Amino acid sequence: MVKRSLLVVALMVCLPATLFAQYDYVRISNPFLHKIPIAVPLFKPISGTEPEAMAAQSGADLLAATLEFTRYFNLINRAAFLERPDRTGVTLADIHCKNWRDIGAEFLITGGVTVAGGMVEMELRLFDVFKERMVLGKKYKGKSEDQRKMIHRFCVEVMEQLTGTPGIFESKIAFVSTGDGSKEIYACEFDGYNPQRITRNNSINLSPAWSSDGQWLAYTSYRKGGPDLYITNLTENRGTVFSKEGINISPSWVPGQFMLAATLSFEGDQEIYLLTGSGTVVRRLTRSWGIDVSPTFSPDGKRMAFVSGRAGSPQIFVMDMGSGRTQRLTFEGGYNTNPSWNPVNETIVYCAMTGGVFNIHVIDVKTGASVALTADQGDNESPSWSPDGSLIAFSSTREAGVPRIYVMTAAGTDPRRLLILPGEQTGPKWSPAVAAGR
Amino acid sequence: MEKKRLFVMFVMLFAICGLVFTVSCAKQSVKSEAAELETESSMAADEASQMTAEELAEAEAIAAEKAAAREAFVNENIHFDFDKSTLTPAAREILRAKAMWLRDNADTAVVIEGHCDERGTTEYNLALGDRRAKAAKDFLVDMGISASRLSTISYGEERPLDPASNETAWAKNRRAQFVLR
Repeated sequence: MVKRSLLVVALMVCLPATLFAQYDYVRISNPFLHKIPIAVPLFKPISGTEPEAMAAQSGADLLAATLEFTRYFNLINRAAFLERPDRTGVTLADIHCKNWRDIGAEFLITGGVTVAGGMVEMELRLFDVFKERMVLGKKYKGKSEDQRKMIHRFCVEVMEQLTGTPGIFESKIAFVSTGDGSKEIYACEFDGYNPQRITRNNSINLSPAWSSDGQWLAYTSYRKGGPDLYITNLTENRGTVFSKEGINISPSWVPGQFMLAATLSFEGDQEIYLLTGSGTVVRRLTRSWGIDVSPTFSPDGKRMAFVSGRAGSPQIFVMDMGSGRTQRLTFEGGYNTNPSWNPVNETIVYCAMTGGVFNIHVIDVKTGASVALTADQGDNESPSWSPDGSLIAFSSTREAGVPRIYVMTAAGTDPRRLLILPGEQTGPKWSPAVAAGR
Repeated sequence: MEKKRLFVMFVMLFAICGLVFTVSCAKQSVKSEAAELETESSMAADEASQMTAEELAEAEAIAAEKAAAREAFVNENIHFDFDKSTLTPAAREILRAKAMWLRDNADTAVVIEGHCDERGTTEYNLALGDRRAKAAKDFLVDMGISASRLSTISYGEERPLDPASNETAWAKNRRAQFVLR
């Protein structure tokens, strides 16, 4: 839905920004122990017109909410502010860093907004109030309706400065919703904004899976009567239908390649196969009597975790793609399914049934140690990592027994509902860092 | 002349009786024919109409039985234990009856649907439903039904019979269902 021509024109007017070495404020391994305190005051409307004032408010609010969504930041309440950059000025010369240190901030973001002829221009600055320096300065200009995208672009820059990763701001989450009377696939922005319907065939649609470049979506659909695999390019609206006898389900793309694994049963048993993105079978990956389903790849694509019934109950196994050697990973509990391999490290999040209830657990691939991330909150299933491995989307029946999509941190803290639509929402799948839309 | 007349009468008697017996359960024609006859053939005619009424009742009974058997075939599901695709003894009994029906109705073809209860994950249940449908099909093939008459489809947990979330509903939903093609 984003045409290049509408996108942000980032005038790389890098205002005097002495860019020094990478900040090491946040280590991804335990980022939630200390949230970075940051202040985002209202932006300043440069000419003081009404449309500018509105854009200034919406811009600042969105920026604050977006940073807050990452769970890395603690946004300081505006009521505590000792000065008002929207009145006194937005540059380093205008602000008094002590005023911000005194209220507990480590960082400050100011913005100046100009609106003219349907176009909005924003100057955004990130300050380190302890070092009393500007860390980042960017100018964005584009159509007023693209303000969201501009704010997201700036957040990418902020995250890159402070954590070394671009963050999740241009990612999407695909999911299944029943609001229109049948299970159809939708996708929304990372924060639940702007859900768009992707399938409309009034049958049963399940298991969306994003390719590494965010351009293709694979899913299972009963559109032709039985469970077939659809591989669709989202912007060009073209693709392949893979429709062999039996089930064609649970697709999962190989990182960095136009290939995917899926469970097929055309040879009789339910096994995992490797396919090209154009729907040709490359080879069979599993060879064991019983169910083999739900593949998920390690970040380098060299190992694949999956669910197998070969031990008598559904458990998670890991296969080396080169040698084919397979080892069991989960030993606790009698029903472990839905694995999702963290895109940046050696942990796998999955769904475990204990005492008839489903909860999200995370397991370390090397040590096999596992921890429950949810408990006593209904049934929690279908976990999916954010592209930076810091957040987990999942479905939960904790509110009134109706399944909804939630997002929590990798540590299991701070769960929040992502969005609410008519019907039930299940099966979330988080895209790579940049995803195509419609 | 008397002998000939007698002979002709005998022949007529035999002919009429023969006609009456070859006529199928068309009560009316039997009755009309019976009405045409003289007293010598009236007794035979009565006998004939009685038998046709019996035949008709029997035919109706057979038709009802056939309809019941067909309904049983389509409406009687087999059930599975949680997370299992193995056939219970009860399931085998039902499948044996279905095999008999399929033998008696050699011109039919069936879709066997595999279903699961709502617990557990979507993808795993699609695979489990596939196993359940195939377990039923394999049993029928072992009983001599041609595999080409049996196709399978899995619906996983997507088409429950009972939408409730309790053990009774779940037991009902863990099933293989038989649909005539």
